[in-house]
Amino acid sequence: MAGLESQVGKGRSAFIKWVDDRFPWTETMRYHVTEYYASKNFNWWYIFGVLAMVILVIQFVTGIFLTMNYKPSAAEAFASIEYIMRDVEWGWLIRYMHSTGASFLFIVVYLHMFRAMLYGSYKKPRELIWIIGMLIFFVLFAEAFAGYLLPWGQMSYWGAQVIISLFGAIPFVGEALVEWIRGDYYISDITLNRFFAFHVALLPLVFVALIFLHIVALHHVGSNNPDGIEIKEHKGEDGVPLDGIAFHPYHTSKDLVGIIVFLMIFSAVVFFAPDMGGYFLEHANFEPANMMATPEHIAPAWYFTPFYAILRAVPDKLLGTILFGASVLLPAFLPWLDRSRVKSIRYRGWMYKLALTIFVVSIAVLGWLGLQPAEGIYVPMARVFSILYFSFFILMPYYTTIDKTKPVPDRVVYNA
Amino acid sequence: MTDDVDHIDRRRRHFLTVATLVTGGAGMVAASIPFLSSLKPSVRAKALGAPVEVPVGSLEPGEMIRVMWRGRLVFVLRRDKEMLSRLTDVNDLLRDPHSEIIDQQPEFAVNEHRSLRPEFLIVEGACTHLGCAPLAEFEVGPADDWFGGFFCPCHGSRFDLSGRVYKGVPAPTNLRVPPYRFISDDVIIIGTEPVTA
Repeated sequence: MAGLESQVGKGRSAFIKWVDDRFPWTETMRYHVTEYYASKNFNWWYIFGVLAMVILVIQFVTGIFLTMNYKPSAAEAFASIEYIMRDVEWGWLIRYMHSTGASFLFIVVYLHMFRAMLYGSYKKPRELIWIIGMLIFFVLFAEAFAGYLLPWGQMSYWGAQVIISLFGAIPFVGEALVEWIRGDYYISDITLNRFFAFHVALLPLVFVALIFLHIVALHHVGSNNPDGIEIKEHKGEDGVPLDGIAFHPYHTSKDLVGIIVFLMIFSAVVFFAPDMGGYFLEHANFEPANMMATPEHIAPAWYFTPFYAILRAVPDKLLGTILFGASVLLPAFLPWLDRSRVKSIRYRGWMYKLALTIFVVSIAVLGWLGLQPAEGIYVPMARVFSILYFSFFILMPYYTTIDKTKPVPDRVVYNA
Repeated sequence: MTDDVDHIDRRRRHFLTVATLVTGGAGMVAASIPFLSSLKPSVRAKALGAPVEVPVGSLEPGEMIRVMWRGRLVFVLRRDKEMLSRLTDVNDLLRDPHSEIIDQQPEFAVNEHRSLRPEFLIVEGACTHLGCAPLAEFEVGPADDWFGGFFCPCHGSRFDLSGRVYKGVPAPTNLRVPPYRFISDDVIIIGTEPVTA
């Protein structure tokens, strides 16, 4: 790597030199920022990782400020949210940023995952990035679920009731496990208090640790690209991948544009449609929790509904719970289910393209069905689309093996 | 003679590594017990789960009240003659018409009316699927296949007027009958078994 001098550390000041003797500052900045080379043909699908980080920061900042006025007790929780909304200066903004941020984080994470499916980013040698990413996704589920109980509204209460009861389906230990999770014979003040601890302390710590690992793994193998080829296989004399450009300042300045566009959309929702017509903040949750009456239509927040529809499609408690769990876990096995020789959708055959389309359609339909009451035509529909959802994964080793692929170019291309 | 200073006794080293890991692991397990146990229902939570008395003498036939026991909803329904007569009609449509699944009711409720006295039905108002509170719809109809009972709005599970689950719904078992007994002709106490004579 001789002759490769970047901006950072070029004119190292005496202070930086002093630091570098004691802490790998310049080395780390080069490795992860100024000399981290990612493909020059990134398209806009590559913005969502950075956006997820931006939202996470928003969630951390707004979350910390919410804890300063929120009371994690069954008697006071609902009222303290109303207090934040009405009496705390700018409290409404902080709370709406947090609730909107939750939904946007899921949108961005789903798109980020879909990008990996488009370009085969989970395939060798990036399996661990994908696995760690899936762990982040599971923690995100737990974090959102715990957070949803905190306002102590009707939907908070009954949503938690339904999901915690899932563990009761586990043979033999189920009931005891449910009691242990709740810490009581029902979802009570005790449950709320511990969910608060999970939401604001335990899970965020796990989050930060996993995201650190996600990025370390990514920077070790290098980013994938829309062509799904390894840019490290073609290096110049200076050791830099010929198709790579430095993360900073090139990718960062592009990311800045994406962040600004994102913040525009985010602000529009926060200011003009914070409840998004009942999808981001469900109407039943504007009523305090009442353990005597379940709301007529109980539906989880939109980001859980595809999996919830699968749960409801099965007329058997244990099997429903197993399939619900499987539907969330299965994507983690993609690196081994996908037997295709090419990574990117650009060079795959019609079978994978068709399968991916069916997969996207079934998730969308299941997501919509999860919001509808479980009656009439919706029940058989949910069953059909659940089968399609699972088929995408279970048949994948087969159709990716026989699918006719196109030749992959040596170097990245801009339009294919 | 081997050089004692540079000689590495690998067996000894291996033994020490395993012994350290096992001892440390056991210590970790032991240290985790207080933390994991602290998540179980506390003494106060248990005390608040004590039995409750419910006066049932003032219930009209066909009337139902909802009471709380251990933070759980309990339905107390006084069935009239007509409702009781409907119980046998639906037997073929039920998954467990004779309450054969133990754990879902105390022994005294293993009978068609699933109760101590035929007219009084006492069941937990928590759907055995995922714990939603079922709605009480005692009238027959409007759908042709509805004979009166409990309907769960969450996932469409159905139960008859004895809280027995229908076939083909997500709930796996009948509504749970809590332990209870009559302490006088018109007062029940929920949370304790009847004293056997």
